[in-house]
Amino acid sequence: MDEERDDRHTSFHATHAVVGSELTFGSVTDKISAIVLKRKTPIGWFVGFAISFALFQLMLLAITNLLFKGIGLWGVNIPVGWGMDILNFVWWIGIGHAGTLISAILLLLRQKWRTSINRFAEAMTLFAVAQAGMYPVMHLGRPWLAYWLFPYPNTMGIWPQFRSPLMWDVFAVSTYATVSAMFWFVGLIPDFATLRDRANSKPFRLIYGMLAMGWRGSARHWHRYEMAYLLLAGLATPLVLSVHTIVSFDFAVGIIPGWHATIFPPYFVAGAIYAGFAMVLLLTIPLRKIYGLESFITMRHMHNMAKVMLATGLIVAYGYMIEAFFGWYSGNPYEKFMIWNRMHGPYAPYYWALILCNGLTPQLLWFKKIRSKLLLLWLISIVVSIGMWLERFVIVVTSLHRDFLPSSWGFYRPSQWDWAMFIGTIGFFLALLFLFIRFLPMISIFEMRTILPEAEVEEG
Amino acid sequence: MVRTKAPRLYGVMAQFDNPSALVAAARETYEAGYRRINGYSPFPIEELSEAIGFERTLLPLIVLIGGILGGVGGFFMQYWMEVVDYPINVGGKPFNSWPAFIPITFECTVLVAAFAAVLGMLALNKLPQPYHPVFNAPNFALATRDSFFLVIESKDPKFQHDEVMRFLQSLEARDVCDVEI
Repeated sequence: MDEERDDRHTSFHATHAVVGSELTFGSVTDKISAIVLKRKTPIGWFVGFAISFALFQLMLLAITNLLFKGIGLWGVNIPVGWGMDILNFVWWIGIGHAGTLISAILLLLRQKWRTSINRFAEAMTLFAVAQAGMYPVMHLGRPWLAYWLFPYPNTMGIWPQFRSPLMWDVFAVSTYATVSAMFWFVGLIPDFATLRDRANSKPFRLIYGMLAMGWRGSARHWHRYEMAYLLLAGLATPLVLSVHTIVSFDFAVGIIPGWHATIFPPYFVAGAIYAGFAMVLLLTIPLRKIYGLESFITMRHMHNMAKVMLATGLIVAYGYMIEAFFGWYSGNPYEKFMIWNRMHGPYAPYYWALILCNGLTPQLLWFKKIRSKLLLLWLISIVVSIGMWLERFVIVVTSLHRDFLPSSWGFYRPSQWDWAMFIGTIGFFLALLFLFIRFLPMISIFEMRTILPEAEVEEG
Repeated sequence: MVRTKAPRLYGVMAQFDNPSALVAAARETYEAGYRRINGYSPFPIEELSEAIGFERTLLPLIVLIGGILGGVGGFFMQYWMEVVDYPINVGGKPFNSWPAFIPITFECTVLVAAFAAVLGMLALNKLPQPYHPVFNAPNFALATRDSFFLVIESKDPKFQHDEVMRFLQSLEARDVCDVEI
């Protein structure tokens, strides 16, 4: 009986391993820290960084121009006052959510496979939130007065309006950015110490040493550290759910047809996780190949991420169905018209492209054969990312452009500066990621050590 | 090591190759009556802090207090601003429209609790701390790679240099050495 179980266990290990069986404490440490400290930077890194840095310059150009001339540069108008800036804000912040899900929720659920991707996913979160945060600020019209959003005692003697979802957003997004940054930094402290002790040049030793703050792996420190990490995960879990819920309140609290729906919070959160996992796959598939990380990020990870994508994709598809159902069932002519207009109006191609990208494409992930083909998985992730962008476009634009009064109808087309800003933020995001994989360990070294078989304490 | 005069000693350190050996050695050391002991490892080992008799930390309490302060502070910040200091009638809603204050109350709770967790952990661990005597030990750089260490501090009431040396050597350590301040 026991032998049988052992056999099954071995074959299970071969196909489902979360970590390569040849790894030891030493080799895990050396392999991951070598990417930062010893290995020659691949030429692809320089090419990739140069391209994304150039795109980042495009963003700076777009922002500079915006500061001089105002948001008339963008395609926004009346009635479509929320164009690409808000949809890109929602898109970016949604992408960030997968990182927190992987690092916090999967930690609480004791999913060991999260260990080799959590550091990278958290970095992705942080950089995506940085992009997201720029959009509403640039949309303010006078971005240099953005600090008015915070409640500070001022000479005007007034306070922000806390009954507005836009204020909730300020608090949700800034709390999310702060807590994600702290969670990430705390996770890095022991790895900074590893790099400090491995670095062979003085400046690196000094910088990593300062960041490690004198970490020495003391048992008392580890005990409090683990407690802090667990508590942070417990705090980040409701936080991440609250952030996209509050983002959806920006829409749901309004009375515009197509926005005023109770399904929005869960539907937005599922969409965020869906888009975020697509982005994690999009980035880890090439990274794993280039840096030879197959024994850290195994096929098990790919399958699991694809499955999460499928599950959240189904929730999102359910959301689309319910939206259409509400439109019909409400008996409200404006709701009915909104859904008819989405399917048949001037933006109908966007709607049907969205259904194709987000409703149908993820169904391919039911098949193990497709999940095992990395190129296919990568392409599906691109389709899903585009689909999620289209979803926000449909929600923001089709609801606003034809509301209650035909006399106030309008049309929205993004301007070249909208695109410049969007492409620029993609460049900024990638540039930050390139710097991250060059200067910080992209896989959590100390957590990898804990999941090795030799980490098990045998009691004599 | 032979010395002519007594150095300022932090303690004696033993090096082990795997977590099981370290935990077993820590247990024996604790049972032998040493109390000012500490283990060093490249990753958290639950059994180790238990073996050196360190199981309780104030951190959860600090985080709880942080969360409560954040929540209460967040709510009453909004209450004071919207009800007491500058009441404005918005669409006939009550000044104290508390359901609308909940999202920010929640965010403030999480924010302050998270700060309490991180700063509390660093403060209790007395970090940042640029210098510590254990860094003087010859192989200690391996504590962040694949080696495991146990230290009996000289401040331990039972500490007697030669006896501690002999005791640690009896624990099948790979290496035993003095750690100077």
